[in-house]
Amino acid sequence: YPTHIPTSFFQKALLSVGSAAMAITNPWRGDMIATMGETTGYLAIKQMKQKMLADPVGRQILEEQPRINTSTVDLAYLKSLPDGAFGREYVRWLEDNNASPDERMPVSFVDDPQLAYVMTRYREVHDLFHTILGMPTNMLGEITVKWFEAIQTGLPMCALGALFGPLRLGPKSVVFFIQSTHLWWAIRNGRNAKCMMCVYFEKHWEQSVEEMRREFNIEEPPHTPQKAKIPS
Amino acid sequence: MASRLLTLCRCQTNIRQISRSAARFCSTTTNNGAGPACSADQMEGETHFGFETVRESEKEERVHKVFHNVASSYDVMNDAMSAGVHRLWKDAFIQRFAPPPGTKLIDVAGGTGDIAFRFLNYMNKEHGTSSRPLDIEIPSRIQMEGFSEVQSEEDPTTSPSQNAHVTVFDINQAMLDEGKKKAERLGFTEDLSSWVCGNAECLPMDDNQFDAYTIAFGIRNVTHIEKVLTEAYRVLKPGGRFMCLEFSEVPNPVLRKIYDEYSFQVIPVMGQVIAGDWHSYQYLVESIRQFPNQETFATMIRDAGFKFVRYENLTFGVAAIHSGIKL
Repeated sequence: YPTHIPTSFFQKALLSVGSAAMAITNPWRGDMIATMGETTGYLAIKQMKQKMLADPVGRQILEEQPRINTSTVDLAYLKSLPDGAFGREYVRWLEDNNASPDERMPVSFVDDPQLAYVMTRYREVHDLFHTILGMPTNMLGEITVKWFEAIQTGLPMCALGALFGPLRLGPKSVVFFIQSTHLWWAIRNGRNAKCMMCVYFEKHWEQSVEEMRREFNIEEPPHTPQKAKIPS
Repeated sequence: MASRLLTLCRCQTNIRQISRSAARFCSTTTNNGAGPACSADQMEGETHFGFETVRESEKEERVHKVFHNVASSYDVMNDAMSAGVHRLWKDAFIQRFAPPPGTKLIDVAGGTGDIAFRFLNYMNKEHGTSSRPLDIEIPSRIQMEGFSEVQSEEDPTTSPSQNAHVTVFDINQAMLDEGKKKAERLGFTEDLSSWVCGNAECLPMDDNQFDAYTIAFGIRNVTHIEKVLTEAYRVLKPGGRFMCLEFSEVPNPVLRKIYDEYSFQVIPVMGQVIAGDWHSYQYLVESIRQFPNQETFATMIRDAGFKFVRYENLTFGVAAIHSGIKL
Protein backbone atom coordinates (compact mmCIF):
# COMPACT_ATOMS: atom_id res chain seq x y z
CA TYR A 1 0.00 0.00 0.00
CA PRO A 2 1.25 3.51 -0.80
CA THR A 3 2.31 4.71 2.65
CA HIS A 4 3.92 1.41 3.61
CA ILE A 5 7.50 1.52 4.94
CA PRO A 6 8.88 -2.02 5.25
CA THR A 7 10.79 -2.53 8.49
CA SER A 8 12.77 -5.35 10.03
CA PHE A 9 11.87 -6.72 13.45
CA PHE A 10 14.84 -4.91 14.96
CA GLN A 11 13.68 -1.63 13.44
CA LYS A 12 10.15 -2.14 14.78
CA ALA A 13 11.57 -2.80 18.23
CA LEU A 14 13.74 0.31 18.05
CA LEU A 15 10.82 2.36 16.76
CA SER A 16 8.58 1.16 19.58
CA VAL A 17 11.04 2.16 22.25
CA GLY A 18 11.99 5.42 20.56
CA SER A 19 8.47 6.54 19.78
CA ALA A 20 7.26 5.63 23.28
CA ALA A 21 10.05 7.66 24.85
CA MET A 22 9.41 10.58 22.51
CA ALA A 23 5.65 10.44 23.07
CA ILE A 24 6.00 10.55 26.84
CA THR A 25 8.48 13.41 26.85
CA ASN A 26 6.92 15.36 23.98
CA PRO A 27 3.20 14.59 24.09
CA TRP A 28 2.39 16.97 21.25
CA ARG A 29 4.13 14.51 18.91
CA GLY A 30 0.91 12.77 17.89
CA ASP A 31 2.82 11.01 15.15
CA MET A 32 4.92 9.23 17.78
CA ILE A 33 1.86 7.85 19.54
CA ALA A 34 0.62 6.68 16.17
CA THR A 35 3.96 5.03 15.33
CA MET A 36 4.09 3.30 18.69
CA GLY A 37 0.58 2.00 18.14
CA GLU A 38 1.58 0.48 14.81
CA THR A 39 4.82 -1.11 15.88
CA THR A 40 3.51 -2.67 19.11
CA GLY A 41 0.03 -3.52 17.93
CA TYR A 42 0.51 -6.57 15.72
CA LEU A 43 -1.28 -9.09 17.92
CA ALA A 44 -4.02 -6.69 18.93
CA ILE A 45 -4.71 -5.69 15.32
CA LYS A 46 -4.91 -9.34 14.35
CA GLN A 47 -7.35 -9.93 17.19
CA MET A 48 -9.46 -6.96 16.09
CA LYS A 49 -9.59 -8.37 12.59
CA GLN A 50 -10.76 -11.73 13.95
CA LYS A 51 -13.55 -10.04 15.89
CA MET A 52 -14.59 -8.18 12.77
CA LEU A 53 -14.60 -11.34 10.70
CA ALA A 54 -16.90 -12.99 13.27
CA ASP A 55 -19.47 -10.20 12.95
CA PRO A 56 -21.53 -9.69 9.74
CA VAL A 57 -21.20 -5.91 9.80
CA GLY A 58 -17.53 -6.21 10.69
CA ARG A 59 -17.02 -8.45 7.66
CA GLN A 60 -18.71 -5.87 5.49
CA ILE A 61 -16.36 -3.16 6.75
CA LEU A 62 -13.33 -5.33 5.97
CA GLU A 63 -14.61 -5.97 2.47
CA GLU A 64 -15.65 -2.43 1.58
CA GLN A 65 -12.81 -0.70 3.48
CA PRO A 66 -14.66 2.61 3.99
CA ARG A 67 -12.57 5.67 4.85
CA ILE A 68 -13.52 8.69 6.94
CA ASN A 69 -12.12 12.00 5.75
CA THR A 70 -13.47 15.25 4.31
CA SER A 71 -13.79 13.77 0.82
CA THR A 72 -15.78 10.71 1.91
CA VAL A 73 -17.98 12.35 4.52
CA ASP A 74 -20.29 15.24 3.70
CA LEU A 75 -19.93 17.40 6.81
CA ALA A 76 -22.33 20.02 5.51
CA TYR A 77 -25.07 17.43 5.22
CA LEU A 78 -24.35 16.10 8.69
CA LYS A 79 -24.59 19.61 10.08
CA SER A 80 -28.06 19.95 8.58
CA LEU A 81 -29.36 16.98 10.55
CA PRO A 82 -31.52 17.60 13.64
CA ASP A 83 -29.90 17.99 17.07
CA GLY A 84 -29.34 14.70 18.77
CA ALA A 85 -28.67 12.89 15.53
CA PHE A 86 -25.32 11.12 15.51
CA GLY A 87 -24.07 12.96 12.43
CA ARG A 88 -25.09 16.36 13.85
CA GLU A 89 -23.43 15.63 17.18
CA TYR A 90 -20.26 14.46 15.41
CA VAL A 91 -19.95 17.77 13.54
CA ARG A 92 -20.70 19.64 16.79
CA TRP A 93 -17.94 17.66 18.49
CA LEU A 94 -15.49 18.45 15.68
CA GLU A 95 -16.23 22.16 15.96
CA ASP A 96 -16.15 22.27 19.77
CA ASN A 97 -12.81 20.55 19.84
CA ASN A 98 -11.28 22.20 16.79
CA ALA A 99 -10.71 18.88 15.04
CA SER A 100 -10.91 17.54 11.52
CA PRO A 101 -11.18 14.00 10.18
CA ASP A 102 -8.18 14.72 7.92
CA GLU A 103 -5.69 15.07 10.72
CA ARG A 104 -4.98 11.38 11.18
CA MET A 105 -1.54 10.10 10.19
CA PRO A 106 -1.49 7.36 7.56
CA VAL A 107 -0.35 3.91 8.67
CA SER A 108 3.20 3.00 7.60
CA PHE A 109 4.71 0.31 9.80
CA VAL A 110 2.11 -2.44 9.58
CA ASP A 111 3.23 -4.85 6.89
CA ASP A 112 0.04 -6.72 5.99
CA PRO A 113 -2.26 -4.47 3.89
CA GLN A 114 -5.48 -5.73 5.45
CA LEU A 115 -4.15 -5.29 8.98
CA ALA A 116 -2.97 -1.85 7.88
CA TYR A 117 -6.57 -1.09 6.95
CA VAL A 118 -7.84 -2.26 10.34
CA MET A 119 -5.37 0.09 12.02
CA THR A 120 -6.41 2.93 9.69
CA ARG A 121 -10.06 2.27 10.52
CA TYR A 122 -9.29 2.36 14.24
CA ARG A 123 -7.58 5.72 13.79
CA GLU A 124 -10.37 7.18 11.74
CA VAL A 125 -13.22 6.12 14.04
CA HIS A 126 -11.45 7.38 17.16
CA ASP A 127 -13.25 10.70 16.84
CA LEU A 128 -16.56 8.87 16.44
CA PHE A 129 -15.80 7.01 19.68
CA HIS A 130 -15.41 10.41 21.29
CA THR A 131 -18.80 11.45 19.98
CA ILE A 132 -20.70 8.39 21.04
CA LEU A 133 -19.01 8.35 24.44
CA GLY A 134 -19.67 12.06 24.84
CA MET A 135 -16.05 12.87 25.66
CA PRO A 136 -14.22 16.08 24.67
CA THR A 137 -10.52 16.21 23.76
CA ASN A 138 -9.24 17.46 27.10
CA MET A 139 -7.09 15.18 29.23
CA LEU A 140 -10.02 13.69 31.15
CA GLY A 141 -11.96 12.97 27.98
CA GLU A 142 -8.97 11.49 26.18
CA ILE A 143 -7.98 9.24 29.07
CA THR A 144 -11.54 8.01 29.42
CA VAL A 145 -11.67 7.14 25.73
CA LYS A 146 -8.26 5.48 25.97
CA TRP A 147 -9.45 3.19 28.78
CA PHE A 148 -12.49 2.29 26.72
CA GLU A 149 -10.34 1.62 23.65
CA ALA A 150 -7.72 -0.32 25.60
CA ILE A 151 -10.37 -2.80 26.72
CA GLN A 152 -12.11 -2.94 23.35
CA THR A 153 -9.08 -3.15 21.05
CA GLY A 154 -6.33 -4.59 23.23
CA LEU A 155 -3.81 -2.23 21.64
CA PRO A 156 -0.74 -1.80 23.85
CA MET A 157 -0.58 1.84 22.84
CA CYS A 158 -4.05 2.43 24.28
CA ALA A 159 -3.22 0.54 27.45
CA LEU A 160 0.00 2.48 27.94
CA GLY A 161 -1.74 5.77 27.23
CA ALA A 162 -4.54 4.88 29.60
CA LEU A 163 -2.11 3.99 32.39
CA PHE A 164 0.51 6.64 31.90
CA GLY A 165 -1.78 9.49 30.97
CA PRO A 166 -2.93 10.18 34.52
CA LEU A 167 0.50 9.31 35.91
CA ARG A 168 2.09 11.96 33.80
CA LEU A 169 -0.16 14.58 35.32
CA GLY A 170 0.98 13.72 38.82
CA PRO A 171 -0.19 11.67 41.81
CA LYS A 172 -3.08 13.99 42.67
CA SER A 173 -4.67 13.41 39.30
CA VAL A 174 -4.26 9.65 39.66
CA VAL A 175 -6.28 9.82 42.88
CA PHE A 176 -8.80 12.12 41.26
CA PHE A 177 -9.22 9.78 38.36
CA ILE A 178 -9.68 6.71 40.50
CA GLN A 179 -12.28 8.51 42.58
CA SER A 180 -14.08 9.88 39.53
CA THR A 181 -16.97 8.19 37.83
CA HIS A 182 -15.16 8.32 34.50
CA LEU A 183 -12.63 5.56 34.99
CA TRP A 184 -15.15 2.98 36.16
CA TRP A 185 -17.66 4.04 33.58
CA ALA A 186 -15.04 3.55 30.86
CA ILE A 187 -14.06 0.11 32.14
CA ARG A 188 -17.64 -1.06 32.57
CA ASN A 189 -18.69 0.08 29.15
CA GLY A 190 -15.53 -1.12 27.47
CA ARG A 191 -16.42 -4.58 28.62
CA ASN A 192 -20.17 -4.52 28.13
CA ALA A 193 -20.52 -2.59 24.93
CA LYS A 194 -20.65 -4.17 21.52
CA CYS A 195 -17.37 -4.34 19.60
CA MET A 196 -17.15 -0.81 18.28
CA MET A 197 -14.80 -1.73 15.44
CA CYS A 198 -17.70 -3.74 14.02
CA VAL A 199 -19.96 -0.72 13.82
CA TYR A 200 -20.51 0.74 10.38
CA PHE A 201 -20.78 4.31 11.68
CA GLU A 202 -21.40 5.77 8.28
CA LYS A 203 -24.82 4.08 8.20
CA HIS A 204 -25.89 5.65 11.50
CA TRP A 205 -25.59 9.37 10.80
CA GLU A 206 -29.33 9.98 10.97
CA GLN A 207 -29.92 7.83 14.04
CA SER A 208 -30.15 9.55 17.42
CA VAL A 209 -27.15 9.19 19.65
CA GLU A 210 -29.26 7.97 22.55
CA GLU A 211 -30.74 5.22 20.44
CA MET A 212 -27.28 4.20 19.30
CA ARG A 213 -26.08 3.99 22.87
CA ARG A 214 -28.99 1.75 23.72
CA GLU A 215 -28.25 -0.40 20.70
CA PHE A 216 -24.57 -0.78 21.56
CA ASN A 217 -25.06 -1.15 25.28
CA ILE A 218 -23.38 2.08 26.31
CA GLU A 219 -24.56 3.83 29.47
CA GLU A 220 -25.32 7.51 29.61
CA PRO A 221 -21.89 9.23 29.85
CA PRO A 222 -20.97 11.19 32.97
CA HIS A 223 -20.97 14.93 32.58
CA THR A 224 -17.61 16.08 31.21
CA PRO A 225 -17.21 19.83 30.92
CA GLN A 226 -15.19 21.13 27.98
CA LYS A 227 -12.64 22.67 30.29
CA ALA A 228 -12.23 19.84 32.77
CA LYS A 229 -9.70 20.78 35.37
CA ILE A 230 -7.66 17.89 36.68
CA PRO A 231 -5.71 18.63 39.86
CA SER A 232 -2.01 17.97 39.45
CA MET B 1 29.07 44.76 -14.20
CA ALA B 2 26.48 42.58 -15.91
CA SER B 3 28.46 42.37 -19.13
CA ARG B 4 31.57 41.32 -17.19
CA LEU B 5 29.63 38.44 -15.65
CA LEU B 6 28.32 37.38 -19.03
CA THR B 7 31.75 37.21 -20.60
CA LEU B 8 33.63 35.75 -17.64
CA CYS B 9 31.50 32.77 -16.62
CA ARG B 10 31.90 29.61 -18.64
CA CYS B 11 29.31 27.24 -17.14
CA GLN B 12 28.34 24.51 -19.54
CA THR B 13 24.72 24.08 -18.53
CA ASN B 14 21.49 25.42 -19.87
CA ILE B 15 21.09 29.01 -18.77
CA ARG B 16 17.32 28.78 -18.52
CA GLN B 17 17.53 25.69 -16.35
CA ILE B 18 19.81 27.38 -13.86
CA SER B 19 17.79 30.57 -13.58
CA ARG B 20 14.66 28.48 -13.24
CA SER B 21 16.05 26.35 -10.49
CA ALA B 22 17.46 29.36 -8.69
CA ALA B 23 14.08 31.08 -8.96
CA ARG B 24 12.27 27.97 -7.74
CA PHE B 25 14.39 27.34 -4.69
CA CYS B 26 15.66 30.76 -3.70
CA SER B 27 13.56 33.48 -2.13
CA THR B 28 15.72 36.11 -3.82
CA THR B 29 17.44 35.35 -7.09
CA THR B 30 20.87 36.73 -6.49
CA ASN B 31 22.35 36.09 -9.89
CA ASN B 32 21.22 38.78 -12.30
CA GLY B 33 18.42 37.91 -14.69
CA ALA B 34 20.61 36.79 -17.55
CA GLY B 35 23.00 34.92 -15.25
CA PRO B 36 26.29 33.55 -16.44
CA ALA B 37 26.68 32.80 -20.14
CA CYS B 38 26.02 29.10 -19.79
CA SER B 39 25.87 27.34 -23.12
CA ALA B 40 22.99 24.96 -23.75
CA ASP B 41 23.33 21.33 -22.79
CA GLN B 42 20.53 19.26 -24.31
CA MET B 43 21.36 15.83 -22.81
CA GLU B 44 18.89 14.78 -20.10
CA GLY B 45 20.27 11.61 -18.59
CA GLU B 46 19.40 9.51 -15.60
CA THR B 47 21.10 9.55 -12.26
CA HIS B 48 20.71 8.07 -8.81
CA PHE B 49 18.70 9.41 -5.87
CA GLY B 50 19.85 7.10 -3.12
CA PHE B 51 19.14 3.64 -4.54
CA GLU B 52 16.43 4.92 -6.89
CA THR B 53 17.07 5.84 -10.51
CA VAL B 54 15.63 9.21 -11.44
CA ARG B 55 15.82 11.74 -14.23
CA GLU B 56 18.54 14.31 -13.66
CA SER B 57 16.07 17.19 -13.55
CA GLU B 58 14.09 15.34 -10.90
CA LYS B 59 17.06 14.74 -8.60
CA GLU B 60 17.56 18.43 -7.86
CA GLU B 61 13.91 18.82 -6.90
CA ARG B 62 13.95 15.80 -4.64
CA VAL B 63 17.19 16.74 -2.92
CA HIS B 64 15.72 20.17 -2.36
CA LYS B 65 12.65 18.65 -0.74
CA VAL B 66 14.79 16.51 1.55
CA PHE B 67 16.67 19.48 2.91
CA HIS B 68 13.57 21.62 3.13
CA ASN B 69 12.04 18.94 5.33
CA VAL B 70 15.06 18.39 7.54
CA ALA B 71 16.22 22.01 7.90
CA SER B 72 14.83 22.69 11.34
CA SER B 73 15.96 19.43 12.90
CA TYR B 74 19.18 19.17 10.86
CA ASP B 75 21.58 19.98 13.66
CA VAL B 76 19.80 17.84 16.25
CA MET B 77 19.75 14.87 13.91
CA ASN B 78 23.44 15.26 13.07
CA ASP B 79 24.29 15.08 16.74
CA ALA B 80 22.04 12.08 17.29
CA MET B 81 23.18 10.08 14.27
CA SER B 82 26.89 10.57 14.82
CA ALA B 83 26.77 10.81 18.62
CA GLY B 84 28.29 14.24 18.24
CA VAL B 85 31.25 12.97 16.22
CA HIS B 86 30.35 15.18 13.26
CA ARG B 87 31.55 18.10 15.38
CA LEU B 88 34.97 16.48 15.69
CA TRP B 89 35.06 15.92 11.95
CA LYS B 90 34.27 19.56 11.27
CA ASP B 91 36.84 20.73 13.84
CA ALA B 92 39.48 18.53 12.19
CA PHE B 93 38.46 19.94 8.82
CA ILE B 94 39.11 23.50 9.91
CA GLN B 95 42.41 22.50 11.54
CA ARG B 96 43.61 20.91 8.28
CA PHE B 97 42.35 23.92 6.37
CA ALA B 98 44.26 26.35 8.65
CA PRO B 99 43.16 29.48 6.78
CA PRO B 100 45.63 32.34 6.74
CA PRO B 101 44.58 35.88 7.75
CA GLY B 102 42.30 37.78 5.42
CA THR B 103 40.95 34.65 3.73
CA LYS B 104 37.89 35.10 1.57
CA LEU B 105 36.04 31.84 1.78
CA ILE B 106 33.12 30.48 -0.14
CA ASP B 107 31.44 27.70 1.80
CA VAL B 108 29.22 25.81 -0.62
CA ALA B 109 26.24 23.76 0.56
CA GLY B 110 26.96 25.68 3.72
CA GLY B 111 23.36 25.55 4.88
CA THR B 112 23.14 25.98 8.60
CA GLY B 113 26.63 27.46 8.85
CA ASP B 114 28.62 24.82 10.76
CA ILE B 115 31.75 25.38 8.68
CA ALA B 116 31.27 29.13 8.30
CA PHE B 117 31.07 29.68 12.06
CA ARG B 118 34.07 27.45 12.75
CA PHE B 119 35.98 29.39 10.11
CA LEU B 120 35.15 32.75 11.69
CA ASN B 121 36.01 31.49 15.16
CA TYR B 122 39.32 30.14 13.88
CA MET B 123 40.15 33.49 12.27
CA ASN B 124 39.36 35.27 15.51
CA LYS B 125 41.39 32.91 17.61
CA GLU B 126 44.45 32.47 15.43
CA HIS B 127 44.67 35.86 13.81
CA GLY B 128 43.14 38.17 16.34
CA THR B 129 40.04 40.00 15.20
CA SER B 130 39.06 39.50 11.61
CA SER B 131 39.61 43.14 10.78
CA ARG B 132 43.27 43.94 11.06
CA PRO B 133 45.38 46.40 9.07
CA LEU B 134 48.01 44.99 6.73
CA ASP B 135 51.40 44.38 8.31
CA ILE B 136 53.33 45.90 5.44
CA GLU B 137 52.85 49.16 3.67
CA ILE B 138 52.95 49.29 -0.08
CA PRO B 139 54.93 52.36 -1.22
CA SER B 140 52.77 54.41 -3.52
CA ARG B 141 55.18 54.26 -6.51
CA ILE B 142 55.03 50.44 -6.47
CA GLN B 143 51.25 50.21 -6.20
CA MET B 144 49.92 47.85 -8.79
CA GLU B 145 48.03 49.27 -11.68
CA GLY B 146 44.35 48.69 -11.47
CA PHE B 147 44.50 48.23 -7.73
CA SER B 148 42.77 51.53 -7.01
CA GLU B 149 40.29 50.77 -9.79
CA VAL B 150 39.25 47.54 -8.10
CA GLN B 151 39.05 49.28 -4.72
CA SER B 152 36.71 52.01 -5.93
CA GLU B 153 34.23 49.50 -7.34
CA GLU B 154 33.77 47.82 -4.02
CA ASP B 155 32.28 48.99 -0.76
CA PRO B 156 34.38 51.91 0.43
CA THR B 157 33.57 51.37 4.09
CA THR B 158 35.36 48.01 4.40
CA SER B 159 38.85 47.07 3.21
CA PRO B 160 38.08 43.69 1.74
CA SER B 161 41.68 42.60 1.47
CA GLN B 162 42.14 42.91 5.22
CA ASN B 163 39.08 41.16 6.62
CA ALA B 164 38.20 37.51 6.62
CA HIS B 165 34.85 36.88 5.03
CA VAL B 166 32.73 33.86 4.31
CA THR B 167 30.07 33.59 1.62
CA VAL B 168 27.71 30.82 2.64
CA PHE B 169 26.17 29.38 -0.49
CA ASP B 170 23.32 26.87 -0.63
CA ILE B 171 20.60 25.85 -3.03
CA ASN B 172 18.09 25.70 -0.21
CA GLN B 173 16.73 28.89 1.29
CA ALA B 174 15.29 27.07 4.32
CA MET B 175 18.76 25.88 5.31
CA LEU B 176 20.22 29.36 4.81
CA ASP B 177 17.48 30.87 6.95
CA GLU B 178 18.36 28.46 9.77
CA GLY B 179 22.00 29.45 9.34
CA LYS B 180 21.24 33.15 9.49
CA LYS B 181 19.25 32.63 12.67
CA LYS B 182 22.16 30.76 14.19
CA ALA B 183 24.59 33.50 13.20
CA GLU B 184 22.51 36.00 15.10
CA ARG B 185 22.22 33.74 18.13
CA LEU B 186 25.96 33.19 18.20
CA GLY B 187 26.66 36.90 17.87
CA PHE B 188 28.41 37.07 14.51
CA THR B 189 28.22 40.54 12.98
CA GLU B 190 26.65 40.95 9.59
CA ASP B 191 29.75 42.15 7.77
CA LEU B 192 31.55 38.83 8.31
CA SER B 193 29.23 36.67 6.26
CA SER B 194 26.98 36.70 3.23
CA TRP B 195 24.23 34.20 2.67
CA VAL B 196 23.61 33.45 -0.98
CA CYS B 197 21.10 31.08 -2.53
CA GLY B 198 21.88 29.32 -5.80
CA ASN B 199 23.12 26.22 -7.57
CA ALA B 200 26.68 25.00 -7.01
CA GLU B 201 26.83 23.76 -10.59
CA CYS B 202 26.70 27.34 -11.84
CA LEU B 203 27.97 29.88 -9.32
CA PRO B 204 26.80 33.49 -9.85
CA MET B 205 30.31 34.84 -9.33
CA ASP B 206 33.20 35.99 -11.44
CA ASP B 207 36.34 33.89 -11.96
CA ASN B 208 39.20 34.04 -9.48
CA GLN B 209 37.26 35.48 -6.58
CA PHE B 210 38.02 33.41 -3.52
CA ASP B 211 41.04 32.31 -1.53
CA ALA B 212 39.36 29.10 -0.50
CA TYR B 213 36.37 26.94 -1.35
CA THR B 214 34.93 24.50 1.13
CA ILE B 215 32.10 22.04 0.77
CA ALA B 216 31.17 19.88 3.73
CA PHE B 217 28.67 17.02 3.37
CA GLY B 218 27.19 18.70 0.32
CA ILE B 219 28.89 17.37 -2.78
CA ARG B 220 27.27 14.00 -2.30
CA ASN B 221 23.87 15.56 -3.07
CA VAL B 222 24.62 17.31 -6.35
CA THR B 223 23.51 16.00 -9.70
CA HIS B 224 26.82 16.62 -11.53
CA ILE B 225 29.86 16.37 -9.31
CA GLU B 226 32.26 17.27 -12.16
CA LYS B 227 30.41 20.52 -12.81
CA VAL B 228 30.64 21.51 -9.17
CA LEU B 229 34.39 20.78 -9.21
CA THR B 230 34.87 22.79 -12.39
CA GLU B 231 32.97 25.70 -10.91
CA ALA B 232 35.05 25.47 -7.74
CA TYR B 233 38.19 25.68 -9.84
CA ARG B 234 36.85 28.67 -11.75
CA VAL B 235 35.93 30.87 -8.80
CA LEU B 236 39.12 30.18 -6.87
CA LYS B 237 42.05 32.56 -7.23
CA PRO B 238 45.31 31.03 -8.43
CA GLY B 239 46.91 29.55 -5.33
CA GLY B 240 43.42 29.03 -3.91
CA ARG B 241 42.56 25.93 -1.95
CA PHE B 242 39.73 23.46 -2.46
CA MET B 243 38.67 21.53 0.65
CA CYS B 244 35.97 18.91 0.79
CA LEU B 245 34.62 16.98 3.78
CA GLU B 246 32.34 14.12 2.83
CA PHE B 247 31.21 10.65 3.76
CA SER B 248 33.36 8.03 2.12
CA GLU B 249 34.11 4.34 2.02
CA VAL B 250 35.17 2.30 5.03
CA PRO B 251 37.96 0.06 3.72
CA ASN B 252 37.89 -2.49 6.56
CA PRO B 253 35.20 -5.10 5.70
CA VAL B 254 34.27 -5.94 9.30
CA LEU B 255 33.87 -2.31 10.27
CA ARG B 256 32.04 -1.65 7.04
CA LYS B 257 29.46 -4.32 7.87
CA ILE B 258 28.84 -2.82 11.30
CA TYR B 259 28.61 0.66 9.79
CA ASP B 260 26.15 -0.53 7.12
CA GLU B 261 23.95 -2.27 9.68
CA TYR B 262 23.91 0.83 11.84
CA SER B 263 23.17 3.06 8.85
CA PHE B 264 20.27 1.10 7.47
CA GLN B 265 18.73 -0.25 10.67
CA VAL B 266 19.11 2.66 13.04
CA ILE B 267 19.36 5.93 11.16
CA PRO B 268 15.97 5.95 9.40
CA VAL B 269 14.36 5.01 12.73
CA MET B 270 16.09 7.98 14.36
CA GLY B 271 14.87 10.13 11.49
CA GLN B 272 11.29 9.05 12.16
CA VAL B 273 11.47 9.51 15.92
CA ILE B 274 13.42 12.77 16.07
CA ALA B 275 12.53 14.53 12.83
CA GLY B 276 9.30 12.74 11.91
CA ASP B 277 10.84 11.92 8.53
CA TRP B 278 11.90 8.39 7.66
CA HIS B 279 12.38 8.91 3.93
CA SER B 280 14.87 11.78 4.06
CA TYR B 281 17.20 9.78 6.25
CA GLN B 282 16.77 6.65 4.16
CA TYR B 283 17.92 8.84 1.28
CA LEU B 284 20.89 10.02 3.34
CA VAL B 285 22.28 6.55 4.02
CA GLU B 286 21.66 5.40 0.45
CA SER B 287 23.33 8.49 -1.06
CA ILE B 288 26.48 7.76 0.96
CA ARG B 289 26.80 4.38 -0.76
CA GLN B 290 26.32 5.95 -4.19
CA PHE B 291 29.10 8.48 -3.77
CA PRO B 292 32.53 7.62 -5.30
CA ASN B 293 35.18 6.35 -2.91
CA GLN B 294 38.29 8.22 -1.79
CA GLU B 295 40.52 7.37 -4.77
CA THR B 296 37.86 7.87 -7.41
CA PHE B 297 36.85 11.21 -5.98
CA ALA B 298 40.50 12.30 -5.79
CA THR B 299 40.83 11.52 -9.49
CA MET B 300 37.76 13.60 -10.25
CA ILE B 301 39.29 16.52 -8.37
CA ARG B 302 42.50 16.18 -10.38
CA ASP B 303 40.47 16.06 -13.59
CA ALA B 304 38.98 19.44 -12.71
CA GLY B 305 42.48 20.88 -12.78
CA PHE B 306 43.52 20.86 -9.14
CA LYS B 307 47.05 19.94 -8.14
CA PHE B 308 48.50 18.37 -4.97
CA VAL B 309 45.26 16.47 -4.43
CA ARG B 310 45.34 14.64 -1.11
CA TYR B 311 42.85 12.89 1.11
CA GLU B 312 42.72 11.89 4.74
CA ASN B 313 40.32 9.39 6.33
CA LEU B 314 38.42 10.24 9.49
CA THR B 315 36.88 7.60 11.75
CA PHE B 316 38.09 4.61 9.71
CA GLY B 317 36.89 6.13 6.45
CA VAL B 318 33.35 6.96 7.47
CA ALA B 319 34.31 10.49 6.44
CA ALA B 320 37.22 11.85 4.43
CA ILE B 321 38.83 15.23 3.83
CA HIS B 322 39.95 15.86 0.26
CA SER B 323 42.02 18.89 -0.67
CA GLY B 324 43.57 20.38 -3.79
CA ILE B 325 45.22 23.60 -4.94
CA LYS B 326 44.52 25.68 -8.02
CA LEU B 327 47.85 26.69 -9.53
